[in-house]
Amino acid sequence: MAFLDKKSKQAFTDPLSANNPITLQVLGICSALAVTVKMDTAVVMTLAVVAVLSISNTLISLLRNLIPGKVRIIVQLSVIASLVIITDQVLQAYMYDISKQLSVFVGLIITNCIVMGRAEAFAMQNSPGKSFLDGLGNALGYGGILIVVSFFREILGSGTLYGFQIIPDSAYAAGYENMGLMVLSPGAFIILGLIVWVHRISADIEEE
Amino acid sequence: MRSNTYTLIFTSIVTIVLGFFLALAADGLRDLQDLNVENDMRKNILLSLGFKPEAETPWTSDDIQKLFEENIEALVLDASGQRTEKDPKEIDTEKDLEFLPIYLKKIGDEVGGYAIPIAGKGLWSTLYGYFAIEPDGRTVKGITFYKHGETPGLGGEVDKAWFQQNFIGKRFVDENDQLLGIHVIKGKVLSDDQEAYHKVDGISGATMTGKGLEYFLKDDLAKYEPFFKQMRGRQS
Repeated sequence: MAFLDKKSKQAFTDPLSANNPITLQVLGICSALAVTVKMDTAVVMTLAVVAVLSISNTLISLLRNLIPGKVRIIVQLSVIASLVIITDQVLQAYMYDISKQLSVFVGLIITNCIVMGRAEAFAMQNSPGKSFLDGLGNALGYGGILIVVSFFREILGSGTLYGFQIIPDSAYAAGYENMGLMVLSPGAFIILGLIVWVHRISADIEEE
Repeated sequence: MRSNTYTLIFTSIVTIVLGFFLALAADGLRDLQDLNVENDMRKNILLSLGFKPEAETPWTSDDIQKLFEENIEALVLDASGQRTEKDPKEIDTEKDLEFLPIYLKKIGDEVGGYAIPIAGKGLWSTLYGYFAIEPDGRTVKGITFYKHGETPGLGGEVDKAWFQQNFIGKRFVDENDQLLGIHVIKGKVLSDDQEAYHKVDGISGATMTGKGLEYFLKDDLAKYEPFFKQMRGRQS
């Protein structure tokens, strides 16, 4: 990305790994547990968060000099809530089956700490372009972890990937069984914990 | 610090602009959403009556509409099992308790089965689905669930094929045509069980979902009993 200056590039790449919202800031855990049973729901959730977070960051950054300080949280919240409702409506119209599975969790993007957090911490101080990249980076950092968690949960819990059967019937005939724990929330906690551990070791991060 | 007037004007403008876009989205997408909900209902009626999409190619919404229009006749019965002139779309099954929607599978002039809506409490949530019955008025043709909030992997298994396959071919009446319902048991139904004809395998870890299902299924069947009595009379 040669056309971007260093700081913009950082806004985009930092949250992907070095400052990942889930594994390092431990934000957005609730939905990371809820929508990662299957990969298709995790992918759609990722797209929904990408849409909401990049647009909300851009809009709030555009308004940042106009928003009165006293009511800034309320204004951020209304922008975010409106975007989430529109996203939910679009999903219900065009991806009905998946929106049924995601149920309330699309709506709960409103309360996802990542979205509010980026609006308040980044978009209120930075230009729209940088804020857009920051939103995109954070959403992809969040979604990437979601997809990795759902990959393990689906293959271990249901023996499928993106709905296609991976574990052959012969394995089941030989006594292999799906791991019921992976379908339930504790399975996500275990996988997520392992990912945080591996990520922190590999990125050589220490808590101060 | 900005003045209160500015704050008020700013928030009003934000509210109006956002409200406009929300209304636009809700209004513009409503037709598509309503169609999706209706198609989902139709799909479940078709599935309960034994229609299946060809392997690997799921139904498009056009397929569903075409199949439904060609093969299904929708009727409303009154409490005594007589046909009425109403359209099932006018009936809210949770409010209009004296009217009973029913869907007929037509094979030429013959009826190949009946589907009725079923709904009731499981463990955490209300389950909604369709229950299909053979033309003899005694045998189960199929069952589907299209909406529920049971635990995935436990009670949530009610929407899986293995559980629904269980019901097919079971009888919900005894030898004297008295309504028994379908008994969801713990574990597997033994093949030497005399009562196996009205029992299905339960889901391990979901006893309460099974119990709830058993009760509301029997309640719903009882409502349609006058109609199915006529069917049985005609057959025997």
